[in-house]
Amino acid sequence: MALLEINKLTKAFGGLTAVDGLSFEIAGGEILGLIGPNGAGKTTVFNCISGFLPPDSGDVTFEGRSMVQRQPFSICKRGLARTFQIVKPFPAISVLDNVMVGALLREPSVSIAQAEALNIIDFMGLKKMTRQEARGLPLPLRKRLELARALATKPKLLLLDEVMAGLNPTEVDELIGLIREINDQGVSIFMIEHVMRGVMALSQRVIVINYGQKIAEGLPCDVVLDNAVIEAYLGKEFISAQCT
Amino acid sequence: MNRLHLLLVLILAVLSGLPLVLSKYTLGIFIMIFYYAYLGQSWNVLTGYTGHISLGHALYIGIGAYTSVFLAQHYGLSPWVGMFAGGILASLVALILGFLGFRFGLRGVYFVILTIAFAEITRLVVSHIEVLGSFSGIFLDFDPSFRNFQFRGNIPYYYIALTMMVLSLAAVRLIEISKLGRFMVAIREDEDAAQALGVNTFKYNMIAIAISAFMTALGGCFYANYIFYLHPDSLFGMGLSIELILRPIVGGMGTLFGPILGSFILTPLSEVSRAYFSKGGLEGMHLILYGIITILVVLFMPKGIIVYVRQWLKPLIPERKGDD
Amino acid sequence: MGMDSTLAVQLLIQGVLLGGVYGLIAIGLSLIFGVMGIINFAHGQMMVMGMYISYWIFVLLGIDPYISLVAVAAAIFILGWLIQYTVVNRILDYPEAMQVLPLVSIGLILENAALMLWGPDHRSPQTALGLDSMWVGPIMVDTSRLIAFVLAIIITFLIFIFLKKSNLGKCIRAASDNRTGAVLVGIDVDRIYNMSFAIGAATTGAAGCLLVPLLPISPHIGHDFTLTAFIVVILGGMGNLLGALVGGVILGVAE
Repeated sequence: MALLEINKLTKAFGGLTAVDGLSFEIAGGEILGLIGPNGAGKTTVFNCISGFLPPDSGDVTFEGRSMVQRQPFSICKRGLARTFQIVKPFPAISVLDNVMVGALLREPSVSIAQAEALNIIDFMGLKKMTRQEARGLPLPLRKRLELARALATKPKLLLLDEVMAGLNPTEVDELIGLIREINDQGVSIFMIEHVMRGVMALSQRVIVINYGQKIAEGLPCDVVLDNAVIEAYLGKEFISAQCT
Repeated sequence: MNRLHLLLVLILAVLSGLPLVLSKYTLGIFIMIFYYAYLGQSWNVLTGYTGHISLGHALYIGIGAYTSVFLAQHYGLSPWVGMFAGGILASLVALILGFLGFRFGLRGVYFVILTIAFAEITRLVVSHIEVLGSFSGIFLDFDPSFRNFQFRGNIPYYYIALTMMVLSLAAVRLIEISKLGRFMVAIREDEDAAQALGVNTFKYNMIAIAISAFMTALGGCFYANYIFYLHPDSLFGMGLSIELILRPIVGGMGTLFGPILGSFILTPLSEVSRAYFSKGGLEGMHLILYGIITILVVLFMPKGIIVYVRQWLKPLIPERKGDD
Repeated sequence: MGMDSTLAVQLLIQGVLLGGVYGLIAIGLSLIFGVMGIINFAHGQMMVMGMYISYWIFVLLGIDPYISLVAVAAAIFILGWLIQYTVVNRILDYPEAMQVLPLVSIGLILENAALMLWGPDHRSPQTALGLDSMWVGPIMVDTSRLIAFVLAIIITFLIFIFLKKSNLGKCIRAASDNRTGAVLVGIDVDRIYNMSFAIGAATTGAAGCLLVPLLPISPHIGHDFTLTAFIVVILGGMGNLLGALVGGVILGVAE
């Protein structure tokens, strides 16, 4: 059985159908990439899966249980954590306190949760900023904090919404290494990403959507050669740069 | 025990000894300092830590005062017990308000208006209930005994108010370092992000408002038995709600010592200026001063005076290690 | 028409007439909220200031509130502009909790300034038309209520025209729709905000003049009117000016 099954998911805003009968699944342990042009409905898919938006129709099944009509916190408790494209740190409290909020979901003891949070902060390379207020961090580190907090909830599946956007190539490579390590520890990953370097390096499978509909699905190297995908999203230059 | 703790113990020791040397009038000012510090701390739980601004906290003071006095006058119940009945009733009312606000997503200014409306409606209802003294209020008979929560002189009230202030400080400190307090702060900082990390924001909002209302109501019972007079306009009115929030704001919202610091600064100022200005026929002058001070603090010290005090006290506070 | 239905119609008309004035108070609140997202917790107290100014012009100079209305509106316009310039402009980026307090404080200052200057007594001037009434068929209408209603509608109408047609009005609507967008097309948003707050204040000041013949003035009635204006605005929809007028009439009738 798949870890997460999306079945004919549809969500419209007024006259605009942002997600249109989308179906796919994610297997346990997999890294799945979701790409598509701006406005294709990627973040809306995330919002429907994580409970921030109710889908108009269709079903989201996680480990055999329907997640539709659950509140976000309850979905997170089931083991499905997300990050936000526009990061939402708790600005006035320290990096440690930020991560501890996530850790306290599974660990009732504050001191043990703190120890866990410190481990994750160390793992994410934020150790020097442990006591700093989150509002003072530069964007790349805020993205890491976002990921660290979600990781602290001990998810089975992590939804990452453009965690690489705005990073320089070195930072992207570092993050690729970290995400691979997280995946090696048994966490499945579903990521929206525009940074193709990250998508190509990490994804075992890629889904491409446009106007809320799936236009391609498959291995990263096959998908980027798909004519419809090139047409809708990547552009011809990409192919000449990547696959020659 | 570090040097900061030592300082606090020292301050507490001095405060405990003050009744030996101070006049009745000065003791009265200290009682008001402790009382408003206590109320500010209670409000701080909801607004300072959880981020939902209440401009109707007088509601819970009124409920605490009226419930304990009503139970004492009609059923002979000691206010020591009645105050907890008032606290529970206040929590229940707060939970109804919270349900409306948090379930239906009334945020920011809409929540503020909801809190004002609850207090105003209750004020009007109480003003029309005969057994609660309607418009003219209730006078308490003076019958001093420990059981009746009534005493001759100011000294017993002084120690009760001091104890309440210290207990509220301890309670908020316990909340602050617990999972509850951390979730409350997460909600204040970003409610969506808190949800995404598995925090049941509705539940923790409800817990925060119930605790805040309960604590506030206990203060109302104290006040009733100190002043011996209940009046719906002054106990449920918006004026009291404003009085109550000024101190934690000036001191520093969402901090442990902000409400206490704020009360030590504003309460004496208020008591002295009220006495001074009303002699000169300038009744409203102290409220004008309040208004000006609040505006200046919000504009120029939005985090409160506590920030500056922390800097002075820095040598006393031990450096925090990465793993403390 | 029977006795009861005549009375009912009469009460209904009285309610509608008063509702027009409530609507005018609320339009000011709604304009300020619509443009800046700020709730003016000092709104009723500003109106009371307008009432006192109008009262003293009448007592000292014998000029009727309906005539002094323009001068009073101008005075409250300046008051609003000063409040916006000194305080409100500095708190626009604050969290909502911190925005509430300075405005509540301004209300407190205005209320107690009135108390210090003019004492706690209720004052009601005997204006020329104060107690006059006229008969429309079998129905009696207070003349001052009728005039208040008509003037309130005219002022409301003028504000609409101003917002729709004038350059400044268009800028105000642009800034309220999208602050960043307005900055990008070169609108001086700070000036627009000053004007909006001042116009909102002037409106409530004018409403205060209309109420002078209708109810006794005292320093403490302001906060009730702030609440009234909230209710009206919520009934009509936040930031929706026409809604505010409708809400005012609903509340007037309900009372």
